[in-house]
Amino acid sequence: MRIQCPFCGERDLSEFAYLGDADFRRPDPDAADAEARFFNAVYVRDNPAGPHDELWYHASGCRSWLRVTRNTRTHEILAVNFPTPSGGS
Amino acid sequence: MARYAGDSTARLGFALMRYSIFNLVRQALSGHRAWGPAWRDAAPKSAYDVVIIGGGGHGLATAHYLAKIHGISNVAVLEKGWIGSGNAGRNTTIIRSNYLLAGNNPFYEWSMKLWEGLEQDLNYNAMVSQRGVLNLYHSDAQRDTYARRGNAMRMHGVDAELLDAEAVRRMLPFLDFNGARFPIHGGLLQRRGGTARHDAVVWGYARAASDRGVDIIQNCEVTGFIREAGTIVGVETTRGSIRAGKIGMAVAGSTSRVAELAGLKLPIESHVLQAFVSEAIKPFIPGVVTFGAGHFYISQSDKGGLVFGGDLDGYNSYAQRGNLPTVEDVCEGAMALMPAIGRVRVLRSWGGVMDMSMDGSPIIDRTVIAGLYLNAGWCYGGFKATPASGWCFAHLLARDEPHAVARAYRLDRFATGHLLDERGVGAQPNLH
Repeated sequence: MRIQCPFCGERDLSEFAYLGDADFRRPDPDAADAEARFFNAVYVRDNPAGPHDELWYHASGCRSWLRVTRNTRTHEILAVNFPTPSGGS
Repeated sequence: MARYAGDSTARLGFALMRYSIFNLVRQALSGHRAWGPAWRDAAPKSAYDVVIIGGGGHGLATAHYLAKIHGISNVAVLEKGWIGSGNAGRNTTIIRSNYLLAGNNPFYEWSMKLWEGLEQDLNYNAMVSQRGVLNLYHSDAQRDTYARRGNAMRMHGVDAELLDAEAVRRMLPFLDFNGARFPIHGGLLQRRGGTARHDAVVWGYARAASDRGVDIIQNCEVTGFIREAGTIVGVETTRGSIRAGKIGMAVAGSTSRVAELAGLKLPIESHVLQAFVSEAIKPFIPGVVTFGAGHFYISQSDKGGLVFGGDLDGYNSYAQRGNLPTVEDVCEGAMALMPAIGRVRVLRSWGGVMDMSMDGSPIIDRTVIAGLYLNAGWCYGGFKATPASGWCFAHLLARDEPHAVARAYRLDRFATGHLLDERGVGAQPNLH
């Protein structure tokens, strides 16, 4: 598996560290149902078989966080983008 | 002719022959032409008391114990491929009960006790071999950790011995004791641990369950659930609709996908774990050995191949194959521990899809949907758990209450904070 880093070009998997689901959002701790929201954010996963948006860190390269869309059935990399500055996608 | 059960012939349409030295001699004299099939490849009926999704070790063990212990034999096991084609056929066959936490240890020890009597129970040679599991430690701090784990095991009545470096050297003189980067200080040994033959476990449970009237239905993939008034009352499959009083899921690796059909989202990620087997060599490694300074474990099969593995690849995957950096990492672990195997050639490698729960421990519980029960989250420790998993899931399905040794495996523990984090790494499944 190789990932096309926008800065560094195509690099081997061993240069990257994996965090997981890119759609993690820290819930609003002041929300009325904050407890349920935190449970969902921390523990519950879609875990799709197919395209999956996930965060990778180019640890042995430019040290950028990348938002990678990858097919979990085939390991094919479908897209690589930067996470947006707002922390969203 | 001796029969496995008196009424087999009438019920199954063929006689299930009890395996014994007497029957082996009889069959040998007639040229081994009269052996019957070990279990019945059934066609689905329209309804069952219990339907179990997943014809792996856990699903088949559940069916066996439902029939044997609870007298519920109107049961179907649905398998999308052939039985044992998932993780039951893709593991490294290690059995052990060397767990630290009070929520885990009695469960795995119950599994070990069932392993010890499994072949007599099933009348099937599962090749259970209690050749010992040795976890090496490489620092003073790690010795303290292992001493604590060993003490916890002994307080639960499980055998554990803390060995020093000399004792390990007497046992395994070929390990690298001279100038290793992570010197071997000793090991925690569970002599009752060992290995079992993974395929035989599947076939043995299938044969015993089938003999008690359980329908084992292959090439039957569940494509949906039938709901009536909020309750799940059956499944849609590639071989038609099947109604059921209760439905149990035992599909570790694919749990999220099957649960999605019921509208459930779970605290599980699917990850790939690779395993390897070398060419056959003469007897070399007497038991199971694990490297404590990395993640590497190895044993030798009865055919002579070295069976070994290490860490997860670390990213979500349903692909049943991994990537080269993990292969390299595993082989580095091997070379750090036992350089003597450096010239042994790897024969095969493969990947299995692990149901990684968010605390590294399994789930055996009811779901929020009436009629649907869950057996999942086995991470990469599912094989050793097969007998107890079946035993406890059968108990839950039959009595609607958790078995005493599986009480901690609740689905709601993530919400209530009663986690069972044996590794202590938090909600990061690729680290468990």
